[in-house]
Amino acid sequence: MYPVDLKYTKDHEWVKITGSDARVGITDYAQKQLGDVVYLELPEVGRQLNKGDAFGTIESVKAVSELYSPVSGEVTEVNRALTERPEAVNANPHESWMIVMKITGAPGIDNDDLLDAGQYTELTK
Amino acid sequence: MSQALTGSLKKTPLNARHRAAGARMVEYGGWDMPVEYSGIVDEHLAVRSRAGLFDVSHMGQIEIAGRDALAAVQHITTNDASRLAIGQAHYSALPTPEGTFVDDVLTYRLADDHYLLVVNAANIVKDFTWIVKHIAGMGDAAAVNTSSRYALIAVQGPVAREVLQPLTGISLGDIKYYWFTTGEVAGVRVTVSRTGYTGEDGYEIFVPPASAERVWDAVLAAGRPAGLVPAGLGARDTLRLEAAMRLFGNDIDETTTVLEADLGWTVGWKKAEFIGAEVLRRQKQEGVSRKIVGFEVLDRAIARHGYDVYVDGVKAGTVTSGTQTPYLKKAIGMAYLPIDRCAPGTAFEIDVRGRRVRAEVVPLPFYKRK
Repeated sequence: MYPVDLKYTKDHEWVKITGSDARVGITDYAQKQLGDVVYLELPEVGRQLNKGDAFGTIESVKAVSELYSPVSGEVTEVNRALTERPEAVNANPHESWMIVMKITGAPGIDNDDLLDAGQYTELTK
Repeated sequence: MSQALTGSLKKTPLNARHRAAGARMVEYGGWDMPVEYSGIVDEHLAVRSRAGLFDVSHMGQIEIAGRDALAAVQHITTNDASRLAIGQAHYSALPTPEGTFVDDVLTYRLADDHYLLVVNAANIVKDFTWIVKHIAGMGDAAAVNTSSRYALIAVQGPVAREVLQPLTGISLGDIKYYWFTTGEVAGVRVTVSRTGYTGEDGYEIFVPPASAERVWDAVLAAGRPAGLVPAGLGARDTLRLEAAMRLFGNDIDETTTVLEADLGWTVGWKKAEFIGAEVLRRQKQEGVSRKIVGFEVLDRAIARHGYDVYVDGVKAGTVTSGTQTPYLKKAIGMAYLPIDRCAPGTAFEIDVRGRRVRAEVVPLPFYKRK
């Protein structure tokens, strides 16, 4: 059920790497843990992030959770439409991207800590 | 986002039902409880428009009986139990000598000399110890912790009665608000009380633990066609907050007095004596320096339990309860504010993870059923 063209983190973000671009969201497992999402706070374009940095927060009715950057790089796009209707994260977590980043360094080698769909499925069993 | 170990947690007689239904389980007051089934918003809206079915078997029961039971209950609770008829219940504080809360309870008069207190799950042992200590020497009155003898199932919402009525010979419409009666539901001998913690009309059913699944299954099957859904503690919390019902441990505790919590209506002022009477009478006469208020967040943010509250830039307290309400679709909450800042419309600020957001005092409750 986890798309094979995405990579995953232990913090339950997904990342889709295309060339040096990385599109980031949270996984189906994460949205299920959170429950009904009501707020999403995202960074400004231009923000420099290191792998593991908090780049925003997501809030459900019952909890608030930080969002962690799966890669290092600069924020080049922010999904403002998603902050207007954050409940889309519950409905379509793997299509609901939050930010796009320009990856610094070597996208493949520096990010071999990311999990593939099979490994992530194991993690969330 | 880790799963808590559940080995040492207490389980209600309906635990297997929750797990089989795929509910998300959490630790609450030492119990392994369902926080949500289909989702907090879905369950909350179902209770407001149709009905929800809650397992609240974690709640505790303490019975006080004997010739002097009334005097004992009068001593340990704030409300005037002499006004209770047999078959009637009321809300009360279990006060400390400082007029603060050991707990908040529902007192049921079961018989002439027999009362039942329903207490919070996390406080059962504390309350029982407190009660035994404070009724000692009060004559013929004994307290018994009967928590393990009851499962408690709540059916709440506008269609609660029509769902429940075909399962029982009790004429549910004849049970007045905060009254109760005994009879059979789904062939099980139970006590049915017209009470709840959601702000909706509904019933709470005291069931022998061995028959809890039978009653649960029957209500669920009877209610499904009418839109009844099983609901968890998550929706119970957002529902009670919209109705401005206080939650012990959040809105009230050993540091907040009954009058600061704006629950003066639970005090039997004509009673001769009770624990905390002196402090509460003085506060009633002289006024309190702070009071609980309802608020709405004006900026886009949710204020949650424990967040700091600022009045004129000075820290004035903390948010006691706060959430985004599914029905009103606003960020609301409760907090204690200085008494001169409690009027509806008063502006103040809340620190939401380092950001100051604007809030405004609004009248309680946030939601009142029509």
